[in-house]
Amino acid sequence: MAGPASRRPKLAVWKFASCDGCQLTLLDCEDELPAVAGAVDIAHFTEASSADGPGPYDLSLVEGSITTPDDLRRIQHVRRVSKRLVTIGACATAGGIQALRDFADVREYASVVYARPEYVATLARSTPISAHVPVDFELRGCPIDKRQLLEVIAAFLAGRRPCVPAHSVCVECKARGNVCVLVAHGTPCLGPVTQAGCGALCPAFNRGCYGCFGPMESPNARALNARLRELGMSTPELVRIYRTFNATEEPFRQAAEQAEQSEEADG
Amino acid sequence: MTHKSIRIGGLARVEGQGSLLVRARAGQITGLELNIYEPPRFFEALLRGRAHTEPPDITARICGICPVAYQMSACQAIEAACGVEVTGPLRDLRLLMYYGEWIESHALHIYLLHAPDFLGYDSGVAMAADHRPHLERGLALKKAGNEVVATLGGRAIHPVNVRVGGFHRVPARAELAPLAERLRRALDQALATVEWVAGFEAPEVEHGYRFLALRHPQEYAILSGSVAVSDGTEFSAADWPVHVVEEQVPHSTALHARLDGATGYLVGALARYALNGALLNPVARSAAEAAGLPPVCRNPFRSIVVRAVEIVHACAEALRVIEGYAEPDVPYVPVEPRAGVGHGISEAPRGTLYHRYRLDGAGLVAEAAIVPPTSQNQARIEMDLRDLIQPRLGLPEAELAALCERAVRNHDPCISCAAHFLDLHLDR
Repeated sequence: MAGPASRRPKLAVWKFASCDGCQLTLLDCEDELPAVAGAVDIAHFTEASSADGPGPYDLSLVEGSITTPDDLRRIQHVRRVSKRLVTIGACATAGGIQALRDFADVREYASVVYARPEYVATLARSTPISAHVPVDFELRGCPIDKRQLLEVIAAFLAGRRPCVPAHSVCVECKARGNVCVLVAHGTPCLGPVTQAGCGALCPAFNRGCYGCFGPMESPNARALNARLRELGMSTPELVRIYRTFNATEEPFRQAAEQAEQSEEADG
Repeated sequence: MTHKSIRIGGLARVEGQGSLLVRARAGQITGLELNIYEPPRFFEALLRGRAHTEPPDITARICGICPVAYQMSACQAIEAACGVEVTGPLRDLRLLMYYGEWIESHALHIYLLHAPDFLGYDSGVAMAADHRPHLERGLALKKAGNEVVATLGGRAIHPVNVRVGGFHRVPARAELAPLAERLRRALDQALATVEWVAGFEAPEVEHGYRFLALRHPQEYAILSGSVAVSDGTEFSAADWPVHVVEEQVPHSTALHARLDGATGYLVGALARYALNGALLNPVARSAAEAAGLPPVCRNPFRSIVVRAVEIVHACAEALRVIEGYAEPDVPYVPVEPRAGVGHGISEAPRGTLYHRYRLDGAGLVAEAAIVPPTSQNQARIEMDLRDLIQPRLGLPEAELAALCERAVRNHDPCISCAAHFLDLHLDR
């Protein structure tokens, strides 16, 4: 952050409604952090630095979803001062776990948590950044994967598109040599409909994927739902498995609705 | 009397969004508010209707810095509701994973967030120019902690391997051998850290703290125990709601907690050390003595030394767990849901973290309550600031603002759980 900062591209990190985990991923690049700090001028990163370098910024990493009236205005400012804007994580890309309010009444939610909900300024929905401003790239995951984060930063520094696969977790699972938990153990798994990026972590731990990277490019949730029902999953269980960290991503939204409707059709 | 209003950067190097407002008139503080404007995410509301197996994964998302704490408090609360206690090697693995989070979180706070205050830098990364070996040591420690969490949990942030009843998969003994190697190096780095931060010049400040922390008969409590208060009160996890009541204040989306009717008690490293210091691993206890820490430390600027001592403890205890580890027969004990209420408390790096769930007969969450450390500490941080600022109102505003920020960072507030413009309004 010191030195001839004007020569190096300026990086900014912004936070909206989130857990801080995705921006922490940058600090979790322990081996690479000094090199990153050498290659870019980390001009605005409130969690890590009191320094607040002025914009415009060459690359802005945006964490979190839009849930308050103030943040509706702040994201417009962030876009204005950013040449490139990349969202990091499920909240900024898909609304995050807090988007479960979209399926409920936010005033009722507020009244459960706060004795005086009128003190709390909040919007009815939790929306991704792309609902408000143009986004140059969306990095998925709850949380993001640090190798993918470094790839995104390196790609934008080099002026190319990031190489981030859009295929399913199944591909990574095979590459890792995991036993298929769905086929071999009958464990419900969202791997077939979920985008790769985590390294097929859950199956490596004998657990079914729970979809924290959101939908892959061409998911066939209908086929997966049929299989999950054969494994004994009930309609509410199917709805819940899609309504977690990427609940408002269209393919997952539809998958949950399809589960609800097919039960009505069966019933 | 002149009215002055200054905007000074932000409440930086804390996790989350907040600001501080101080008003003074004629040499007296007339108002002081630590303003938390972290957008509310309504976890307690959205948990309703979820299966009893889901809170560990969902509540991890409350905080990316201490997800293990959320997972552990959540698991224990649900297990308590279902009449299950996890013991033996599965509990040991939970301890090991939690020590990993303490090492990672404390190293992050000491090296990247707190030390820059003492050495006069904007950030840990900016320290690299003059203190590169120190920064590298801090990053190595942090990485060791992350590796412990990732080995047991699959990844350092929002681990995937924790479940109600234990783990999805448990490691073979041999898988932990490389961790032991890392932790032996980390222990040396932690001891060097204590020595380093013990040399930092801290303002001479002492506060009359009322401490609260978990207490366990044999352990420097992290995972379970009863709740101890420095005035001698001790109560069980199930009695938490009788003693601790949260209330809302208009200026914050974090709730303020009251303990037996009184606001302003302290949780976290200083509280744990004061209440449980005798149970520290001997290596950590000698490091504390060598660093000149008294048995009870009431200077929050010295909390950095206590955190370093806790890293030593976490490394030494993690090594002890690995040494005694025998792979359990099953990765988890079955937890059959039943209607009931369960309480779970553990010591997050920032302090005591309480969860309560009421399950219905179908095993769904009917009601959830979560009391994070920062909502307990918020009122006490405001009191620290009052005590600190009142005699120093004559200081230049920039100096005063910097001191306020430091006083907030002393308590490592994790405001995502519930601070970025520091607005210092001075009318004096």
